[in-house]
Amino acid sequence: MRLNVDWIGCKGHGLCAELLPERITLDDWGYPIIDPRPIPPELEAHARRAADACPTLALLLRTESAARS
Amino acid sequence: MTDVAVPGVAGVAPPAGVARLLEPRADRTLACHLDRYGPLPLRVDLVGELDRSGLRGRGGAAFPTAVKLAAVARRRRPIVVANGAEGEPLSSKDKTLLATSPHLVLDGLVLAARAVGAREAVVCVARGAGRVIATVEGAVAERAALRRDGVDIQVAATPDRYVVGEETALIHWLNGGDAKPTTTPPRPFERGVGGRPTLVQNVETLAHIALVGRFGGDWYRVVGTAEDPGTTLISIGGAVDRPGVYEVEQGTGLLAALRAAGLPAGDPPPVLVGGYFGRWLDPATVSAAAIGVDAMRRAGASLGCGVLWALPRDACGLAESARVARWFADESAGQCGPCVNGLPAIAAAMEAVVAGPRSADALAHLRRWAAMVVGRGACHHPDGASRLVASAVEVFADEIARHARRGPCPASDAHVLPVAAGGSWR
Repeated sequence: MRLNVDWIGCKGHGLCAELLPERITLDDWGYPIIDPRPIPPELEAHARRAADACPTLALLLRTESAARS
Repeated sequence: MTDVAVPGVAGVAPPAGVARLLEPRADRTLACHLDRYGPLPLRVDLVGELDRSGLRGRGGAAFPTAVKLAAVARRRRPIVVANGAEGEPLSSKDKTLLATSPHLVLDGLVLAARAVGAREAVVCVARGAGRVIATVEGAVAERAALRRDGVDIQVAATPDRYVVGEETALIHWLNGGDAKPTTTPPRPFERGVGGRPTLVQNVETLAHIALVGRFGGDWYRVVGTAEDPGTTLISIGGAVDRPGVYEVEQGTGLLAALRAAGLPAGDPPPVLVGGYFGRWLDPATVSAAAIGVDAMRRAGASLGCGVLWALPRDACGLAESARVARWFADESAGQCGPCVNGLPAIAAAMEAVVAGPRSADALAHLRRWAAMVVGRGACHHPDGASRLVASAVEVFADEIARHARRGPCPASDAHVLPVAAGGSWR
């Protein structure tokens, strides 16, 4: 599973970085910097919560095959 | 299939040398075009011939053309878009090609449309190029009168914004929106104009397609190199006596191409390769590099949409780059945080480096922000800004040091590169 950002939808609320600091930090303007590595099983639930919490649904959690298509 | 016609119409000689797209002709009429080439071949395995030709797109991304056509060909009710928007300010090859050989581009458009099963196509031309638009409309009307193509062709005049030529932006505009990129997926080949599978090809690519369709992939490879076959159009400008659009055999040395455009003898200056979306190359690399996608990649650069611009002796590469950085910020579609925020920050840092006193701080910020915006947007606009600025810092290191000590040099005011503000997004 990987995290992607819909950059047009993202408004820099920053909840994602709060909920998944292991994989997401914020840049100098409040926008997410996503660690490109796959999400390990132990972080999946947290990653889902982060994606669900985004007010603009701009954080996308994709399976490997979905990310490739 | 064994009964597909072998390319090469009897009695029609394929272009012999390097003058393929810009082969001299008496006029631009359809009659003159048909006189030279004959009618379009009816049964061509276009994808197969394109695959043999090794043709890659000439819009900047250099995507294998055969693969692009094949991706659309499987789908229902596709449409083809000829991209002549040419937003890159230093590029004029698309306008020149459309003005000089409109029927070659339209041949390619029709052949591509037939190959993917499209009955409709749109030719996009920058709305500021009024005479080119008129020429294309005239050419389309000539063909419509003959009714041989089997493809309905419209002409559309695009806004003069930099990112309008980006595939998703162009499609968004054709669909009635602003000329701003959209989020992918879906990609254009899946859902584009009117929600239909859309093949977008640069107009120069279509002209090459026309020749491959008529004369075959093997013929295409007669000039050029094994990895970069054929010819390519380059817009050459800056410190050259004869600026303009040149058709160049792939594999030609960068320096040789510049000399042919009248670059004075002696060491070359730094050259902006690939336009604003490209990068500066130092004189030594300019002297060693050759034209071609793979050849340029080995030199650490890309020709992009085919631009070579030699820095004039009385201009300052650092100051010019700062102006381009500010232009990049002004041309942001304003949709993505890192771009909207990062590009003005980068521009301000560049301006501070040009001004001198806070140079060290500004350079540190510049490096940080140039790295920060890469890959973090709906399109590659921020990547272009980052690349241009990073190459300026590398190639104009001496100038940076001088400006830090003494402030802007007199050449900083030359203001040579075009950085005009764009207009409507619609």
